[in-house]
Amino acid sequence: MTLRLYLLQRLTAALMVPLIAGHLATIIYATHHGLSATDILGRTRGSLGWALFYGLFVLLASVHASIGLRSVCADWTPLRGRALTLLMWGFGLLLAFLGARAVYAVIA
Amino acid sequence: MRDVITVSIWRGREDGRYVAYQVPRLDSQTVLDVVTYVQRHLDPTLSYRFACRVGVCGSCAMTVNGRPRWTCRTHVEKVVQDGRVEIAPLGNLPVVKDLATDMSQFFEKWQQAKGVFTPSQTRHDKVAPIKPASAARVEVDKAIECINCGVCYAACDSVRWNPDYLGPAALNRAWTLVNDERDAGNKARLAAVAAAGGCHSCHTHQSCEQHCPQAINPTASIAGLKRRTIGAYWLGALK
Amino acid sequence: MSGLDQRLRSAGHRRELLWVAAMVHRVSGLLLACFLPIHFLVLGLALERTASLDAFLKWTDLPAVKVAEAGLVFLLTVHLLGGIRVLLIENLTWRPGQKGLASAVLGAAAVMALIFFLRAW
Repeated sequence: MTLRLYLLQRLTAALMVPLIAGHLATIIYATHHGLSATDILGRTRGSLGWALFYGLFVLLASVHASIGLRSVCADWTPLRGRALTLLMWGFGLLLAFLGARAVYAVIA
Repeated sequence: MRDVITVSIWRGREDGRYVAYQVPRLDSQTVLDVVTYVQRHLDPTLSYRFACRVGVCGSCAMTVNGRPRWTCRTHVEKVVQDGRVEIAPLGNLPVVKDLATDMSQFFEKWQQAKGVFTPSQTRHDKVAPIKPASAARVEVDKAIECINCGVCYAACDSVRWNPDYLGPAALNRAWTLVNDERDAGNKARLAAVAAAGGCHSCHTHQSCEQHCPQAINPTASIAGLKRRTIGAYWLGALK
Repeated sequence: MSGLDQRLRSAGHRRELLWVAAMVHRVSGLLLACFLPIHFLVLGLALERTASLDAFLKWTDLPAVKVAEAGLVFLLTVHLLGGIRVLLIENLTWRPGQKGLASAVLGAAAVMALIFFLRAW
């Protein structure tokens, strides 16, 4: 783990603390009466607030998860060097893309 | 209490095997006493290291029932299970023979981490007045008693999984020098501990802290290095 | 892996609470990383029509799914709290009693998952 990756990992973690707290609170509130698309989308559709919240969350999570995955693979698999970097970027970009698409799906 | 304990001792190199010996059980017996008994009375070909036998040199460190520890300070009654004890060489190091390991990489990483004092003055200068209660010296004193026994290195998962990782002892020593007001080598030292395999490879498992026979806390020292290197990075002093 | 390493693998030091806490943190992170793409894909179903998402969400009425969701809440909470613990250790003055904190993390995460499960049931 290099200094930069370490820093990004810890920073994204710290920034996500309030976002996860909010997400957990939302989940616990929302699932009380059963999950339905109407309920979820009723909250999120057209909301700038939710767009910013989840947009930021997706970005931070993509960075954090991809660096974390890289660390675990560096420790527990034979992958090294370039392969690790490609894995990290590949997974990060995948999450960012799918996440952005999901945010768009529930906001637009 | 039974009269005899069955001791399984690793014999050979990495591709060796455990061999069982029957050793008379005595009051206040340590694991080092047991190994010594085997070598003197049962099998003179057994190779192992020790020196002071009173817990000040760190030479007798071995793996006892899966844990790295000083055998001279481990009473048999504390570790024996159903009359059995298992003794192996220290982990994460190449085995020379039986219970003796090759500690070269441990000391090489010490050098790589710049765990060496770099003087800022000469014998012709006045002696530097270091206040023992100063914040920096307090940090040094917490970590300075390391006697390079290798127990933390053997206990560390990151050492096991990452051959480049400098390890808790080397980084702990680097931290004592980072806080030493007399030392002039911090630029190179911070760069060394911030490189690949440096302090950022520590995942804060705290196995080192839990196993150190000197009650040193390398995790805390490494956390200090993390903060110091990040600070240097923000100030442009580190790439 | 050498024979000696294999034997040392059943190492006694792995029963330490702080090591278990570190492994729980690592494994929960891995599982969450696996879950995230699926989560995003499901939410993306809303792109087609609300009905697609609804059809999928019908599955969440199943007890087995509710248990799985409680598991996910546990994973997220334990990873969050474990992560906060690491941030505290790495950035604040060392305090004794780290083990208590580690146990508290696991306990709090379990409670959280239970609350979720009871509300979702």
